[in-house]
Amino acid sequence: MSAPIKETAAVPAQRSAAKVPVRPGDRRSEGVVLNAFSHGFLALWALLIVLPLLWLVLSSFKTDAQIGGSAFGWPHHWSLDVFGRAWHKGIGDYFLNTVIVLVFSVPLTMLFGSMAAYVLARYRFPGNRFLYYFFVAGAMFPVFLALVPLFFMVKRLDMLNTYQGLILVYIAYSMPFTVFFMHAFFRTLPTAVFEAAVLDGASHTRTFFQVMLPMAKPGLISVGIFNTLGQWNQFILPTVLMQPQSGSDPERYVLTQGLIQLQQQQGYASDLPVLFAGVTIAMIPMLVVYLSFQRQVQAGLTSATLK
Amino acid sequence: MRKGQYRFVAGFLFVPVALYLIFVIWPYIQTFGYSLTDWKGQSQTFKFVGLDNYRALFQDDVFLEAIWHNILFLIFIPVITILLALFFAFMVNAGGRGRAGGVQGVAGSKFYKIVYFFPQVLSLAILAVLFNAVYRSDGGGLLNGFLIKLGLVGADNPVEWLNEPDIVLWALILVVVWHGVGFYLVLFSAAMQSVPRDIYEAALIDGASRSQSFFRITLPLLWDTVQTAWVYLGIVAMDMFVLVSSMTQNMGAYGGGPDHHSDVMSTVMMRNFLYFGKSGYACAMGVVMLLLTLVLSVVTLRATRRERIEF
Repeated sequence: MSAPIKETAAVPAQRSAAKVPVRPGDRRSEGVVLNAFSHGFLALWALLIVLPLLWLVLSSFKTDAQIGGSAFGWPHHWSLDVFGRAWHKGIGDYFLNTVIVLVFSVPLTMLFGSMAAYVLARYRFPGNRFLYYFFVAGAMFPVFLALVPLFFMVKRLDMLNTYQGLILVYIAYSMPFTVFFMHAFFRTLPTAVFEAAVLDGASHTRTFFQVMLPMAKPGLISVGIFNTLGQWNQFILPTVLMQPQSGSDPERYVLTQGLIQLQQQQGYASDLPVLFAGVTIAMIPMLVVYLSFQRQVQAGLTSATLK
Repeated sequence: MRKGQYRFVAGFLFVPVALYLIFVIWPYIQTFGYSLTDWKGQSQTFKFVGLDNYRALFQDDVFLEAIWHNILFLIFIPVITILLALFFAFMVNAGGRGRAGGVQGVAGSKFYKIVYFFPQVLSLAILAVLFNAVYRSDGGGLLNGFLIKLGLVGADNPVEWLNEPDIVLWALILVVVWHGVGFYLVLFSAAMQSVPRDIYEAALIDGASRSQSFFRITLPLLWDTVQTAWVYLGIVAMDMFVLVSSMTQNMGAYGGGPDHHSDVMSTVMMRNFLYFGKSGYACAMGVVMLLLTLVLSVVTLRATRRERIEF
């Protein structure tokens, strides 16, 4: 879409450039200098982003002694063993735990968030505005304010270090933003379709699931991406809620928590390649998702901020 | 019909409201109550101590120093990130050779946006491991290794980035900036592209240079977005828990070293809660964090208020 426009814009520019000789200090030569200048800076920052990441991935192929010796130099031999070791040393479990939690928490967040947002956006009833602000206000407060009582609340429900506990907490803490965003979205949908569905005799529930929810798909995708990334990267909530409660209680760390755990164990038994391999494994799904849905991810995250 | 509608509304609201009440609102409210007690968390017995926790808080040097570090983060993180992001956004959008100054992007602007934005999708935990390796205090660290190669740092006394009281905060700021610039670049870029082209063309006809059109047109029209960015970066600066707790030397637990020189409110609070077991005291810290956050948002919105320009 944008490519043909750029081309047509470039053609007259070149033609006029051919006609008018370039004088020093001219706006066009200012453009050339600026162009070189901007490319220099842009390329520099791009290197600063890419190099450390590549360096880390490369380091996972090195030996521990090599990593400590010098920052530069190529791995002696390329072997994928280290990724297997990292997977068995915990990364696999952490990965699985994160996936188990998110498989439930993200769809349920979207479902409950849209249900509440839909009702608040489309139905008049006493207390509607109050409930809306009640949901949205939650986004204003730092999570640290709730941390201590939240821990004891989950403990009382006997859900510390359980998947269901973390899933419910994730859903609850994603509510403010999801309701806020989907509320705005449901408001923009045309009423005519809704009325047609009601006239055809569809129940309220059916209208929601079969008519309104499919129409809200673009909004659902944006919020879905936002929530997936947010919950995937969450650290403070699992740190407080997912600690083994007794010796027999198994570890159920999520990925972020597990990586930090692995890093802290480095003090005792140094195995940096495994740690770096773990980070590489953790980065790959993010990279794949990002590159395949690059436009949606950028749009989802930034529009989330702007709303 | 009417009755059925109420039943439907109540049915749809029940689960979300219940979850939200139990896990978000009720703990928020409880924090205020617990902050007035000497609760240790283990036993259910505790007594009301009034404002004692708050009084102790303002004599707790570690916490006061932590507030000061948060304030430093609050100043430097937004300023550096926003300036860099604006600079790059301008370069990406206006650095090209196009005719209408300020509209044409440089070649490869899409590529830059993809690369710059990538750190944003990585978790802070990944960033912590990455930058721990980058900041390694011997020649094996990327930064030290690089400086040694350049001859700026002696191979036998490399810089301990995360262990020098004067450097550690800057090292942390750099990580946040590295993480955030791409996101705000994309944000500003989108805002720049929504500025109508004819405004730039009009300015060009009137003889405005590129820098003039940036400072006189782009920036004023972007002000709302900059303000939003400021608030979001402010929230990041108030948190900082992941990076500080996992990158700096442990002061018992949850980082903060060397000698509390990098402690922030969130790490001090978590240490008091989970390591020292002082739940009531930690709740009081949570309340102080809330108050500072509210003050911050009000101040930012007031200080940066400008007349809104519709276009």
